[in-house]
Amino acid sequence: MIRRILAACLVFLTLALTAQAQDRTIQDVLQEHAEAIVKSSRTTIGPAIEAVANSGQPSAQTVLQKWQNKDMWQWSENGFFYAATVAGSDVTLTDFDTGETVAIVSKGDVTQLKPNSGIRAMIGAALVQFQLNDPDAERRREALLAIQRDGEASHLAPLRASIENEDNPEIKALKEVTERLLTISFDKDDARRIAAIKGFTSSLSLDARAALNPVLSAKLVYAEDLPETANIKREIKPGSEALSVRDAFALMVSAGAATAQPTISERKSALSEHIVDGKVGGIPVTELISQEARDHAYQALASEGFVAAFDPAFSMEAAVKGVRFAEVYDEPSAAVTDAAQETLHTINRAVGFNQFLDLSLDGLSLASIYFLAAIGLAITFGVMGVINMAHGEFIMMGAYTGYVVQQIIPDYTVSILVAIPMAFALTFAAGVAMERLIIRWLYNRPLETLLATFGVSIALQQIAKNIFGTQARPLTSPGWLDGALVFNDVLAISYIRIAIFVLALVFLGIFLFIMKKTRLGLETRAVTQNPRMAASMGINPDRVNMLTFGLGSGIAGVAGVAIGLYAKVTSEMGTDYIVQSFMTVVVGGVGNIWGTLLGALGIGFLQKGIEWFNPSNTLAAQTYMIIFIIIFIQFRPKGIIALKGRAAGD
Amino acid sequence: MEVKTKLKATLATALFASTAMASAAFAECPVKVGVLHSLSGTMAISETTLKDTMLMLIDEQNAKGGVLGCQIEAVVVDPASDWPLFAEKARELLTVHNVDVMFGNWTSVSRKSVLPVIEELNGLLFYPVQYEGEESSKNVFYTGAAPNQQAIPATDYFLDELGVEKFALLGTDYVYPRTTNNILESYLKSKGIAAEDIFVNYTPFGHSDWSKIVSDVVALGADGKKVGVISTINGDANIGFYKELAAAGISADDIPVVAFSVGEEELSGLDTSNLVGHLAAWNYFQSAESDLNAEFIAAWKAKMGEERVTNDPMEAHYIGFNMWVNAVEAAGSTDVDAVRTAMYGQEFPNLTGGTAVMNVNHHLSKPVLIGEIQADGQFDIISQTAEVPGDAWTDFLPESAVLMSDWKDLGCGMYNTETKTCVQIKSNY
Amino acid sequence: MDFLKKYPSLPAFIATLLIFTLAVTFLSEAYGTGAISTSFVKTLGKTLCLALVAISMDLVWGYTGILSLGHFAFFGLGGYMIGMWLMFARTKLIVVESMAAADIPATALEIKDAVGTQIFGVVGSSDFPLVWMFAHSFWAQIALVVLVPGLLALVFGWLAFRSRVTGVYLSILTQAMTLALSLYLFQNDSGLRGNNGLSGLQNLPGLDAVSQDAVSIWFFWASAFALLVTYLIANFVVSGKFGSVIRGIRDDEARVRFLGYSVEGFKLFVFVLTAIIAGIGGALYYPQAGIINPAEIAPIASIYLAVWVAIGGRGRIYGAVIGAGVVSLVSTYFTGGQAPNINLGFYTIKWVDWWQVLLGLSFVLVTLFAPKGIGGLFDLISGRLSPDRKGAPLGPDQGSLREEEAEQ
Repeated sequence: MIRRILAACLVFLTLALTAQAQDRTIQDVLQEHAEAIVKSSRTTIGPAIEAVANSGQPSAQTVLQKWQNKDMWQWSENGFFYAATVAGSDVTLTDFDTGETVAIVSKGDVTQLKPNSGIRAMIGAALVQFQLNDPDAERRREALLAIQRDGEASHLAPLRASIENEDNPEIKALKEVTERLLTISFDKDDARRIAAIKGFTSSLSLDARAALNPVLSAKLVYAEDLPETANIKREIKPGSEALSVRDAFALMVSAGAATAQPTISERKSALSEHIVDGKVGGIPVTELISQEARDHAYQALASEGFVAAFDPAFSMEAAVKGVRFAEVYDEPSAAVTDAAQETLHTINRAVGFNQFLDLSLDGLSLASIYFLAAIGLAITFGVMGVINMAHGEFIMMGAYTGYVVQQIIPDYTVSILVAIPMAFALTFAAGVAMERLIIRWLYNRPLETLLATFGVSIALQQIAKNIFGTQARPLTSPGWLDGALVFNDVLAISYIRIAIFVLALVFLGIFLFIMKKTRLGLETRAVTQNPRMAASMGINPDRVNMLTFGLGSGIAGVAGVAIGLYAKVTSEMGTDYIVQSFMTVVVGGVGNIWGTLLGALGIGFLQKGIEWFNPSNTLAAQTYMIIFIIIFIQFRPKGIIALKGRAAGD
Repeated sequence: MEVKTKLKATLATALFASTAMASAAFAECPVKVGVLHSLSGTMAISETTLKDTMLMLIDEQNAKGGVLGCQIEAVVVDPASDWPLFAEKARELLTVHNVDVMFGNWTSVSRKSVLPVIEELNGLLFYPVQYEGEESSKNVFYTGAAPNQQAIPATDYFLDELGVEKFALLGTDYVYPRTTNNILESYLKSKGIAAEDIFVNYTPFGHSDWSKIVSDVVALGADGKKVGVISTINGDANIGFYKELAAAGISADDIPVVAFSVGEEELSGLDTSNLVGHLAAWNYFQSAESDLNAEFIAAWKAKMGEERVTNDPMEAHYIGFNMWVNAVEAAGSTDVDAVRTAMYGQEFPNLTGGTAVMNVNHHLSKPVLIGEIQADGQFDIISQTAEVPGDAWTDFLPESAVLMSDWKDLGCGMYNTETKTCVQIKSNY
Repeated sequence: MDFLKKYPSLPAFIATLLIFTLAVTFLSEAYGTGAISTSFVKTLGKTLCLALVAISMDLVWGYTGILSLGHFAFFGLGGYMIGMWLMFARTKLIVVESMAAADIPATALEIKDAVGTQIFGVVGSSDFPLVWMFAHSFWAQIALVVLVPGLLALVFGWLAFRSRVTGVYLSILTQAMTLALSLYLFQNDSGLRGNNGLSGLQNLPGLDAVSQDAVSIWFFWASAFALLVTYLIANFVVSGKFGSVIRGIRDDEARVRFLGYSVEGFKLFVFVLTAIIAGIGGALYYPQAGIINPAEIAPIASIYLAVWVAIGGRGRIYGAVIGAGVVSLVSTYFTGGQAPNINLGFYTIKWVDWWQVLLGLSFVLVTLFAPKGIGGLFDLISGRLSPDRKGAPLGPDQGSLREEEAEQ
């Protein structure tokens, strides 16, 4: 009886709704779901989005788009939802259905709806049906991306239908790929799915893997009572890496094939529940200071039937021995899983190769950063033999120069072009000043140079702190250096890193040119090999030393601009690079720029290599790299490329 | 009316005390407040802001007539980001300057350094920064967020609202990220996330080479699950991380990042236009719309300059200081034990709306906010919960699930509810 | 009399130290008038420990010519070793006490687990790593205070000296060692609580009843005594033939080698000895500081150590003591916020901000203009001025202090 009444009501309601739908506005739909819309939670919003999308109203698409872009506001006066534009503290409300301005109100009277990105993605998925055939190509692309992100079975049919009429070849290709991805996940027909899977052979696309891997999801089960039809991936012996004895036993327990023994803590709490007159199972509590004594007392309790039985001789190994365990695919069709397995195998091989290339690129990029940081040092330390602990602070000065220039010149491209020579000039001057005032007097006391320049280093650091504060300062790269050069979904490198790499090469070239082809280079080499002899040949060693030191410092300043662009600008950034730079120069071999290059490459690749072995702990990678360098220097104290003869200055 | 009589009574007692026994613990003018924040060294920038906040709050209170009829005098010392020095300076504040209360510390390790000293000398410390929990000292009031007031709600948001199925927990290698990530791992497992779907990585302080880690995170998406990043990366390292993220073109729609240590101050060192939509979870954002907040921001900008921003630990000090003032008034004394008893149940309005309550475990009840980064370096608040009481001992680690803290009735900060015993009264640092 | 001639500075040093110790004791809060606060007693006690490690630095740098930038690593290791025992023993007392209240007495394993949870709970673990093997035993950890820094120095020194790494290369290498060690300790996986380090070290196990006022004085005495013993040992080492050889190595290593001495052996001996002294200094320092963590070991700390010795005056042992004392106390004064600001009218110099700049510059100036450091002032007093050589070079290796030392 009740059921019949309900059915009648339902029919009536449906009729009423369809009848009403004719003169319903989108506002009514929104009002019906007002509570869910205002609450704005992904868990409850589903019906509201669906209702809007399926309302059949012409403005449904606009509503969804405005909503997605956080342009939908609620007016507190009537609780209605409007599209809104904000100008100052005034908000202009526009009706969705009529497109007319309803009112201009102050901000306090309206609330903006802020769908979170989860809801925005759902709205995006709902918008797909409107956008797949949108005249605007960009909209169609957005729809396809929304499908790739949150594909649904319901997208499959409209997507397939839209492929044929697609005239933009690029988007057509994208549609076809998306269609295959959806087919793998949602199609009912195995043959179609297998064909789609095969289409992704050796593909590097992340989405392909993201579609294939779920097909191959499998779980470990107790396999004694497995149905015949189960799609078994493999049988597993307990005690192997994939399945520990403990886990295997737990599977048996949860399948009801075995009973678990009480654990140590369960036994202990059972004991403490059965204390009678300071005794448990006849044993005084004070004697229960070892596990054996406790087990004994527990046995006594168990034999009296107070607690669950416990067998001290019980062994999990024995219990799981000879029992079948298996990994079973969630996907019932073996043909599909086989095809996916095969395709994924080809993909993994290609991905592995590309990952290796990507890691190499990372290593190369890190090496170029180390090289850039160390190249100034290769001049001051490598060629002149001066330990300059303030080298890191010259890098910092360069970076801050970049920051200051950017404050004055708002155009990022121009400001960088100005900042590089400015940084060079500033640190060149600082280097010259330091050479004249301090280092000149200490050429015969290298250890004291180390300490004096360290004094300069802490003073410069503190001065930077006093001027700029300790908070990091923004040094923003120009727009054309944003983003990354993407070869495929695995292999990519950011443009800024490429720029640093190029800059490192340029400086290598400049260094070689100055040292080998210019008068200054010749004089520098002469002075470093034998200052007195050089002086007697008419070279002014003081001047040469000053210029060389200035050059090394200037290059450090330019390196600072580059490093600031890719990482951060703080007063302490120099200390991050100083030890690394010394390592680079020492490992490579003092006095030879190629050695420094090799040193940087070696350290960069080594660090990335260690990171690859232990991806969860970057700190460990740095630690082991330094230990490795220490050991390396023990065996090759003069570095990779050792200078021979008297030039080594030993 | 009642307040007035109370005040009169206090004044009378004070008068009596000063004439009868000059050594009475209360109403010794001026009331001294120790400010224990690093003014130099690596933590200086974060902590200097808090020192200035304290000075501003004290000035405001003095303008209102101080406390117990006394002016408040700030005693500022500089522990110079040197952890052992924190202990030394705390001892100096308590024994040489005889301060009545201290506001200070930022890092957990500095707090652990100070703990033995204030417990030994029975001092009182208000700690304003979000931290890893697993601690409840008799002498510390924690006005920052415990994990269940920041990390857990943010993770819930990832699970429920963004539908994230695979998590990358990236952190700087120190105690806050380590403990928080441990709690989150165990929480995620309890929510049915498999162990292999949780990727954990630790980097050193100030780390700058993020390319490998970012590509590792992208690669996590290969098995078709939605990936989310929970970042406990600290300080400067965030800059390199977000720059790399932006360069790799990872939008918040593909891989959302929620950060627990990135606030308005940190974003001021960054161009945020490429980071729009990534998230942060705090108990306070500058963009919160309330009259109190507008007033607070205006006062701050008037004192420090237009370009300065406000942040979460500042609000923590704001609440903590005002609660302390009210507790002192209620206790009628600055005596540590009396003030502590008066603190329980103290209420004070949050800057974000609602009311903060001090619980008997020395943690606050505060709302949890989640904001999306905007292009102007501010946060758009997209989710705000009701007040969540701070939990000293997390429920998501087996060892601490059985522990609770109740200083009012049980008089114990580490009470084992299973064995019904107090594990320890003094902290074990 | 010969004895005094051999060690001219000894009576003055012993007398100064004795008077200083007694004065601090009688002005302390525990045993005297209370004019010196406990926190300042701790500062003074720590300064004595720093003087101790400065002596070891002076031996290795001022006398042997090895600019080691790693001696603070040994110092820190000593602190870690004693810290492990302090934490373990204190935690065990707490755990045993709390477990005694339970219905069923705890087993040894349960106590150990509970101690582990307490100590490592802060880094989200509860198991004892292997390095804590001996933490339960006071004497074993005391032995490790000497053994761990000693062994590390032995292995590192043997490798480095064997391959004839000298001069600035050795400095960089020792700095790398320090960096590697601190990075390693920063990792939570190292088993020493990562960045948090070991804390609460000032609370001695079983001595809860004794106030810190007394404990601080005890440690002050212990530090003073250790400084005295080290001073005697250092004087003994640098006098006599051994001292001559190591000074010879400093001034011209090759010549000493050609004379048939095992340069590496001598260097290694000094390196290991000073590492052990540094370790002992650390073991006394950190219970006074209360906390040790990897930041203490960072390379910059070891460079500061060299700074102290340089400012105090290299090549004389009391110089190291003076340098460490002066710089660390002045540093405390300036960073403590007590120093008055200087108002220049247009700009106010806040010492908190400018102290580092002053330190850095004074350091440059000392290196340039007063290579003998503060200790050089004593030469002025005793009239032992440098001979006026009319610009003639000092000898084969400039910068050495050979001539003065020849007089000793």
